Amino acid sequence: MLKIEDLHVYYGGIHALKGITMEVPENKIVTLVGANGAGKSTTLRAISSLVQPTQGKITFHGEDITKTKTADIVKKGITLVPEGRRIFANLTVLENINMGAFARNDKDGIKKDIQRIYEMFPRLKEREWQAAGTLSGGEQQMLAIGRALMSRPAVLMMDEPSLGLAPLLVKEVFRIIKEIYSQGMTILLIEQNATAALQVADYGYVLETGNIVLQGPGKELAANDEVKRAYLGKA
Amino acid sequence: MELYLQTLANGISLGSLYALIAIGYTMVYGILRLINFAHADLLMVAGYIAFYGIMVFALPWWFSFLIAIALTALLGVSIEKIAYRPLRNAPRISVLISAIGVSFLLENLGIVAIGARPKSFPRPEELVWNIKLGDISFLSLTVIIPIVTLLLLVAVTYMVNKTKTGTAMRAVSRDFETASLMAVDVNKVVSTTFLVGSSLAAVGGILYSLQYPQIDPLMGVFPGLKCFIAAVMGGIGSIPGAMLGGFILGMGEVFLVAFMPELSGYRDAFAFVILIFILLFKPTGILGENVVEKV
Repeated sequence: MLKIEDLHVYYGGIHALKGITMEVPENKIVTLVGANGAGKSTTLRAISSLVQPTQGKITFHGEDITKTKTADIVKKGITLVPEGRRIFANLTVLENINMGAFARNDKDGIKKDIQRIYEMFPRLKEREWQAAGTLSGGEQQMLAIGRALMSRPAVLMMDEPSLGLAPLLVKEVFRIIKEIYSQGMTILLIEQNATAALQVADYGYVLETGNIVLQGPGKELAANDEVKRAYLGKA
Repeated sequence: MELYLQTLANGISLGSLYALIAIGYTMVYGILRLINFAHADLLMVAGYIAFYGIMVFALPWWFSFLIAIALTALLGVSIEKIAYRPLRNAPRISVLISAIGVSFLLENLGIVAIGARPKSFPRPEELVWNIKLGDISFLSLTVIIPIVTLLLLVAVTYMVNKTKTGTAMRAVSRDFETASLMAVDVNKVVSTTFLVGSSLAAVGGILYSLQYPQIDPLMGVFPGLKCFIAAVMGGIGSIPGAMLGGFILGMGEVFLVAFMPELSGYRDAFAFVILIFILLFKPTGILGENVVEKV
């Protein structure tokens, strides 16, 4: 469904992505693992057009979206939950959720989706009228995911959703990822928590300084000795 | 007592005028983190367009005012497109310098094209007349200005807090990139902000020209500076803050002149003294942003 071919991205003089080719098939969880600076976030940012690749092609349902503007990519159905949650701290929780539905005009559908999000995250309902900046880290992550779901994406990209959360909340985030997936969502996931990510993923790519060095079904990668040594902290 | 009431009325009138103009500064700052120095000169542009509409093209005053507001708003939006947008990712100081440049450009274009000699602004009879209440008499403008301002302030507050566009504005002011991830066209939101701010400046400029019916190419400089101070005093970036700052400043100035006439020569300095104290003791302003945020 989402295909990336030979993607190159530069930040000034730094060659951040050196020709990445990968694919996200429909209704699968695909994960990118790798050390800091390997190019995981850059890949997602390039898909969302937050950075412009110098070379390569990104296609969605066969359509070239390499040069499509960020806002239009969301309208086409690819939504990014950015790293660090990036909720609008000055807006209320409900306003944040509504921002996710910015491109939509179906009032009834939006209402229904808000109810669905509240069922998934009851804490958000309790705090509906609070400024989002007053939420705890875990609640902010729930809000960021809920907000992204409001755009009714076909592909949900998540950049480090468990970053900086307590172990219990990390579990909760992965439970939510599985739940969203079971409802038929296609997910592209970046995680520093490589073990957990590879466990839930159908397919994984291992990035190293801008290159894909390994790929395979999630569980296979998790069992791979080289991956274990380099990323999972096991001898 | 009469003096007191009269002064109060004048203070409200001037204060609301300042509030109207200060909102433009605060809105633009909120979204671009830029002090839009050209904002002050929009007052002058609106004044001159209204002047020429009435005097040269013999348009009815209300129509001339509408055209002045529309053209000034368009100018405000164009200034952003031409002078600020290409510098969106440049250091903030570059954009600031660009804003100062636009301001000087407008002022000097005015001097070259129109001449530095002040022109007297027409006061339509339907709009400006004397009201006598017992012993106090005042211009109708003293009432009209606060009413117009109040209506606009309510409208802007509603727009920013209750509408989809307003919510998008607040989201963009917080985080451009994430707003674009919500399918918000950031450029459109920025243009809307300039449209609203510049329209308010135009209304402010016209009311100012009616109140002090002499217009010249530098007429925007002082009220502009004062409204900027009002915005800082209220807490730059905060719309209620700008309103509050405007009222405090207008009131203070009028009362200073009325009750300490020996200091009236310092009426313009008054604003700057306040600015210095605000920056010393509460740099974020009275209602300045102080969002508690957990990271």
